Amino acid sequence: MRFMMMVKTAESNGAPPKELMDAMAKLTEDANKTGTMITSGGLAPMSMSTRVRLSRGQITTTDGPFTEAKEVVGGYAVFDLKSKQEAIEGAQRFMELHKKHWPGWEGETEIRQILGPEDFPPKA
Amino acid sequence: MAVTATDTHRAIDAVWRIESARIIAGLARIVRDVGIAEELAQDALVAALQQWPESGIPDNPGAWLMAAAKHRAIDMFRRNKRLERKHEELGRELQAQQEMAVTDFDAALDDDIGDDLLRLVFVSCHPVLSTEARVALTLRLLGGLTTEEIARAFLVPEPTIAQRIVRAKRTLAQEHVPFEIPRGGELAARLSSVLEVVYLVFNEGYSATSGGDWMRPALCEDALRLGRILAELASHEPEVHGLVALMEIQASRSRARVSSSGEPILLLDQNRAHWDQLLIRRGFAALDRAEKLGGMRGAYALQAAIAACHARALTPEATDWARIVALYEALAQLAPSPVVELNRAVAVAMAFGPAAGLEVVDGLTAEPSLKGYHLLPSVRGDLLKKLGRFDEARGEFERAASLTRNARERDLLLDRARTCEDN
Repeated sequence: MRFMMMVKTAESNGAPPKELMDAMAKLTEDANKTGTMITSGGLAPMSMSTRVRLSRGQITTTDGPFTEAKEVVGGYAVFDLKSKQEAIEGAQRFMELHKKHWPGWEGETEIRQILGPEDFPPKA
Repeated sequence: MAVTATDTHRAIDAVWRIESARIIAGLARIVRDVGIAEELAQDALVAALQQWPESGIPDNPGAWLMAAAKHRAIDMFRRNKRLERKHEELGRELQAQQEMAVTDFDAALDDDIGDDLLRLVFVSCHPVLSTEARVALTLRLLGGLTTEEIARAFLVPEPTIAQRIVRAKRTLAQEHVPFEIPRGGELAARLSSVLEVVYLVFNEGYSATSGGDWMRPALCEDALRLGRILAELASHEPEVHGLVALMEIQASRSRARVSSSGEPILLLDQNRAHWDQLLIRRGFAALDRAEKLGGMRGAYALQAAIAACHARALTPEATDWARIVALYEALAQLAPSPVVELNRAVAVAMAFGPAAGLEVVDGLTAEPSLKGYHLLPSVRGDLLKKLGRFDEARGEFERAASLTRNARERDLLLDRARTCEDN
């Protein structure tokens, strides 16, 4: 099963401390060693983002930043795992690192399953 | 939301899957017996199942399991020591060894676990074991699969797999298989035994040899996971990267090779937009690593290079068949086999026309090892059909259908036999 993990937090938090960066690098390395992490990446700030929206038959393009967004996706990773529980376990470990190395930080990791062929069982 | 016992059990399953290989590997180094190491780890798991629903899941569940297993190992050493006092014939040397082992325990467990995992891989795939036993033991110890999961994956009764694992562990103990990474001349042969097991698991998932499903994706994922772990553990071995490249690229087509009603779709008929570009990129990167290590003559790397030719082609017409023919020729020189020759025939037909391909295939019809192999008449039927020899083609497809054990594939072949009648 494939999962996407998205980390959401307020952009005003600024850059993570070095200890966290190191700990995350280690976690990434471990995830690589266990063959579970397929890819990962960080996203540029919302000030650089653009939304193309279709509403009431109109397509509009709006540049960021967007004031209504309290927490935004800052990074993602894609994992091949055996179960959702395994994803939850991984996300908890990831958040533990934030707890340990970045006092006061708040945010969340959202786990979304990426659907594969096994999720569309053949019609009998 | 309240945490229920079921939630906790699910969480324990996940922790076990993530941590078990490392725990077993670390313990095996201390107790020098894979079977005992696994039992100790299992005991720790049982303790977790008893305690965690009450106490909650500890902050670092892996460390908890390791500590619990470690206590049990120390208990075992103490018991054995008492036993020794009673039976002095067991010898002082062993006792000293065990005392030292207890002292070294913490240090050993904190050491880089990578080497222990690699030792565990080599032991699980040791040639004293039958291939089936190697597969079962590897999935169990390295893949963290339960006996039930392995049994389901291979469509055999659970007691059969349980028996296989028990016997494998016993054989390893009886044969005094050392818990070590083979060196020198032995390494190549032992490594190929490991890679063979991983690829076998992958293939069983990729084109199930029996049963009602054309693919069993969970097995492919297990094999890929094992392969990726191996690529980190033995990163200087080009063939490991060759195998990983091959599996990543093959797996990239999983979504495209089954129709919505479960029928197989052959390579050239697949919707290439459904190929998983993420896995293709990973496959190319692994192939690159193999190449940089000078591994482009390895059998897995060559097969990966062939798979890469397909992955690179945006349309079937864009496939570099001449290069594929050359790669099959290299493969045939390295490991001559009628199956490779059959594949070469297909590539020759694509590069130089069906008549040229048929010539190669006809050279194989007398091959005894291909007698029951359904792909021989299937390929022959295909080439005959392209040459307009429909009656002969139909006969070949029907023969192929009678030879395959996979229900989905049989339907496909009978379908193709029917299309010959229309012409």
